[in-house]
Amino acid sequence: MKFKRPDCLTKESMHYCPGCGHGIIHRLIAEVIDEDYKESKIIGVAPVGCAVFIYDYFNFDFVAAAHGRATAAATGVKRSIPDALVFSYQGDGDIAAIGTSEVIHAATRGENFTAIFVNNGVYAMTGGQMAPTTIPGQVTVSSPYGRDPKVQGYHIKLCEMLVPLDGVAFVARTSIHNLKNIELTKKAIKRAFEVQMNNEGFSIIEVLSNCPTNWGLSPCESMKRIENEVLKYYSLGIFKDKGRGI
Amino acid sequence: MKILMKGNEAIAEAALRAGCDCFFGYPITPQTELLQYMAKKLLKSGGVFIQAESEVGAINMAYGAASCGKRVMTSSSGPGISLKQEGISYLAGAQLPCVIVNIMRGGPGLGNINAAQSDYLQATKGGGHGDYKVIVLAPSSVQEAVELTMKAFDLADKYRNPVMILGDGMLGQMMEVVEFDDSYQPQKMEKPWAVTGDRNREKRVTNSLYIVPEELEKHNLKLREKYKKIKENEVMVEEYLADDARVIFVSFGMCARIVKSAVNRLRQAGEKVGLVRPITLWPFPENELKSYASKEEVEFFIDIEMNLGQMLEDVKLSVEGKKEVHFYGRTGGMVPTIQEIMDFYYSLEK
Ligand code: SF4
Repeated sequence: MKFKRPDCLTKESMHYCPGCGHGIIHRLIAEVIDEDYKESKIIGVAPVGCAVFIYDYFNFDFVAAAHGRATAAATGVKRSIPDALVFSYQGDGDIAAIGTSEVIHAATRGENFTAIFVNNGVYAMTGGQMAPTTIPGQVTVSSPYGRDPKVQGYHIKLCEMLVPLDGVAFVARTSIHNLKNIELTKKAIKRAFEVQMNNEGFSIIEVLSNCPTNWGLSPCESMKRIENEVLKYYSLGIFKDKGRGI
Repeated sequence: MKILMKGNEAIAEAALRAGCDCFFGYPITPQTELLQYMAKKLLKSGGVFIQAESEVGAINMAYGAASCGKRVMTSSSGPGISLKQEGISYLAGAQLPCVIVNIMRGGPGLGNINAAQSDYLQATKGGGHGDYKVIVLAPSSVQEAVELTMKAFDLADKYRNPVMILGDGMLGQMMEVVEFDDSYQPQKMEKPWAVTGDRNREKRVTNSLYIVPEELEKHNLKLREKYKKIKENEVMVEEYLADDARVIFVSFGMCARIVKSAVNRLRQAGEKVGLVRPITLWPFPENELKSYASKEEVEFFIDIEMNLGQMLEDVKLSVEGKKEVHFYGRTGGMVPTIQEIMDFYYSLEK
């Protein structure tokens, strides 16, 4: 097998920390676009967070949204150019805290774009604060004694929340902690884009990712942490695929 | 053809005639009829209408659609505009054209739903974060609202900048006879920056992030140049019986209409008074006011507003201390009467 840089990635070297999952997820998106959407119109909607410069790494159009508003901006984009493949790329602080309202309503309206939601359990760019996705017991700089559900409440399970909504066509939670799951993540992205291009409704993939920097772990240890700790709180799988009766 | 129309609906109709492709809004009194009119008309004509989940949602949808080069409108009233300020700052930062209608009500907080001019400062001095400006147009009749709405779309495209139509609840709610110019054709402007998703050209990004300070400073200086051009070219002002006036009233929007009646009555009584009505609140007609202030026969100015003097500092800055500026205003959704304005004038003359 020939291993080369996907065509739709630019030559720019990424600013992410060594071992960060964003690089892997970017590559998976690029591979899917190269394989299935070479000629298609593509518009990405960039978030605020670690992936704020995502538009530098892909060689197609982007709209950079305000913190949490990527799904609202993507709504405006997709409604304006309905034949484009449109996806938002958002971290967990972005989509599951400040942008909860926007994502729930975009999903409810059945907006025909795909949200790629990277869950690493912290506000990474601002220095590792507790996120809505931070799991019970997890120590962060703003939950220094570990997240105590009695004090800080529980972690949010966005995918499970979105499944019952009628406008939602595809929901999956995947992970990138090993090769098998990286492959499954790619498959999920592929399917989500397909669902979108079939005009079936809103699609979202939550990808469990790592943040070696703010977790204070080596890249390898951080992957193990996903497997040993994070997966206890977030189950993987395709929760909904309307077109296939799931 | 002349037709009787409610202000909010007339603004919506004008927007449609100006080629508005997309409307994103949220109901709030006293602007809701605008949203309703769009709901009825825009979808049918193949446009995009979304009643968003919030004002924040609406303005960010507008941001997305404006990025794609569409003609976009959103509307609200004070409390909703406060929520939209985040998005307005981003629109200005990313240099995106968008028409924002603010049919003002009383504030602060929830205030009330009566006609007021409580958002002057918010509209003209930023409101959101950063060094930016929004073009602000203040109609004083339903007919003028129609004309300014059409113009707003052209200005927004021309300068790649948000434009706000600032009216008060009275303008939105009252019915007046309006005439639409059937020969009017919306200006079609090339938008070589618009995000369309096409792959056979250089990629395009709409963005307001300039992480390197030198670059952000450069960007902001470029914006300042643009604002300078707008100031030079787009000031609109109505001067009414002001040529030989001894006392100049300054007032904007619907309030200025009441002042106009007071000016007429005072003229009948032999008083040499006139009115200067800024139509663009930003850019503010500084030079026009300055030239009146320099005239020997002008003794003083009277600023009349439906707030506690939000425009007063702009008037004073323009007058440059050359003449005194008095202020009379009602707040809380109270509307000054002609008699009150005349009484205030006479109280100063004593
Ligand atoms: S801070 Fe964490 S999420 Fe952000 S780039 Fe570094 S490793 Fe990745």
